[in-house]
Amino acid sequence: MQDKTSKGQLSVQQTPEKIFAITEGLQDTPTHYCPGCHHGVIHRLVAEVVAELDVLNKTILVEPVGCSVLAHNYFKMDCVQAAHGRAPAVATAVKRVHPDAVVFTYQGDGDLAAIGCAEIIHAAMRGERFTTIFVNNAIYGMTGGQMAPTTLEGQVTATSPYGRSGAHAGAPIRMSEMLATLDGAKYVARVAVNTPANIKKAKAAIKEAFARQLRGDGFTIVEVLSACPTGWGMSPVAADKFVGESLMKYFPLGTIKAAEVETHGA
Amino acid sequence: MSEKVLMKGNEAIGEAAIRAGCLYYFGYPITPQSELPEFMARELPKRGGIFLQAESELASINMVYGAAACGVRAMTSSSSPGFSLKQEGISYLAAGELPCLLVNVQRGGPGLGTIQPGQADYFQATKGGGHGDYRLLVLAPDSVQEMYDLTLLGFELADKYRIPALLLSDGALGQMMEAVRLDHEVKPVPDKPWAVTGRRDRETLNVVQTLSLDKDTLEEHNRVLQDKYALLRKNEVRYEALNTEDADLILVAYGISARIAKSAMAKARAAGLKVGVFRPITLYPFPEEALYETAQTTKAYLVTELSCGQMVEDVERVTHSQQVHFYGRTGGNLPCADELFDQILRIMQGKEVGGRAR
Repeated sequence: MQDKTSKGQLSVQQTPEKIFAITEGLQDTPTHYCPGCHHGVIHRLVAEVVAELDVLNKTILVEPVGCSVLAHNYFKMDCVQAAHGRAPAVATAVKRVHPDAVVFTYQGDGDLAAIGCAEIIHAAMRGERFTTIFVNNAIYGMTGGQMAPTTLEGQVTATSPYGRSGAHAGAPIRMSEMLATLDGAKYVARVAVNTPANIKKAKAAIKEAFARQLRGDGFTIVEVLSACPTGWGMSPVAADKFVGESLMKYFPLGTIKAAEVETHGA
Repeated sequence: MSEKVLMKGNEAIGEAAIRAGCLYYFGYPITPQSELPEFMARELPKRGGIFLQAESELASINMVYGAAACGVRAMTSSSSPGFSLKQEGISYLAAGELPCLLVNVQRGGPGLGTIQPGQADYFQATKGGGHGDYRLLVLAPDSVQEMYDLTLLGFELADKYRIPALLLSDGALGQMMEAVRLDHEVKPVPDKPWAVTGRRDRETLNVVQTLSLDKDTLEEHNRVLQDKYALLRKNEVRYEALNTEDADLILVAYGISARIAKSAMAKARAAGLKVGVFRPITLYPFPEEALYETAQTTKAYLVTELSCGQMVEDVERVTHSQQVHFYGRTGGNLPCADELFDQILRIMQGKEVGGRAR
């Protein structure tokens, strides 16, 4: 056993203790995400979960259109890149062709809550046995910071330059609560990764979703409130604060649904 | 012994698809193709496959994309307005080099149009349809037997070239019943080492993607696609030429229109007129050389389509003939053979063709 207290004061005789390694499920490659962006943290959590569940070599990523369109450069997994919003339809077929594989979509709020709203609702309705990681940063990051369906009222974006008006654009959509009303959705949780404590809870939720997929429960989704400092025009620190003080007020964290599920036969 | 069954055109497609090893059908209801998804809903669960009715044409084409990316034979079908909705996914299928079979049982348009037969999606089918530089292999049956035969061929060639294949049919062929031989040998599905399966024991990752942010990578990818289309034009041209050698006038038609053209030809021949029929079976690749050859001997062409004139542009382009006449019907109308025969007589007498729509 290594002596944990020896950290930082290793003598030449000691074998250095490994205190950090690149997650097995990730590739060793420079990131294209902006400083302060939460995608990297979320990627890492998903990759850790998949590795811990020992399903890395049978996991298939269905990536979206948005900032994470290049997620296949980071995840060490087979991948299908979907058209904008269509990841749940693509994943439906992928999982039905490979029922033994672990399949997840990774989608932003424009992808999932706007253009792909029908696809996610119907995948959940059918109880498709894949997991969705829904990264909600309340803005279109990739295209330059336009208003999303989840943009908060009053929030200034490139296409709501006077702030989102509820009278004009409606109030932001709470996708997770809506999806939780569907019988096919078996696990729905909203988490955040703006603090170390939240990151731990986020990982636990992601693990629960994937574990349920392995049991064949039905549709599972974890919404991750995420910072977009570039799109929001904030420093990374201010953006983390905005997640905690503004986003979480409208999008409360927690397990929204964790259905009791009978064990499936086959 | 050869098995012969009376079938609807739409059902013949389904039977052929299942025999070709297509165990994944994704679709959305629309007339006049609904017998096909209904057939698949009935048959696939019994025969080890999956039929899934999607929430939209968009979802169904993207389900085909997902299944094809996993290396299995998959298909979808629709009719004109629904097929327009699938164009986004078709562009992605072509870009991702994903083999699959698409079926458009055409009806009259534009807009909602009619549920009656039409052939006005020729441009969409053969010239691109969705965004970007791509082509589909486009097969045009003119009988229920060919609905069956060309479905098998479509899957085979889609896999061979890693392209989406399109069976371009119409409401008349889809609904009609004819006897079909079902004794064709089905070639085995080729290995697809590129397919997404989860990494399993593979050293490298399989990724199906259509984004190329690097200019030269995308240009090279376009070159690869264009090379395939050149191979199609070289190797996969199919057509039927009837009495064209001595013909003074050649009727050019595909699909249900070709059936009517053949009847008109028979009537003309019985009247001593030298009339032939040239029927493209592959609309892409278009039978350019064979049609051009006929231009060396024939005097005139009469192109007949259930449209305001689409394939006729290819006939003009290929033959360079100044005597390309057109007779089209739309709205769900089909010309009867006598109607075409009248047009043949007018051309023979040097009169204008009484085309309603061009």
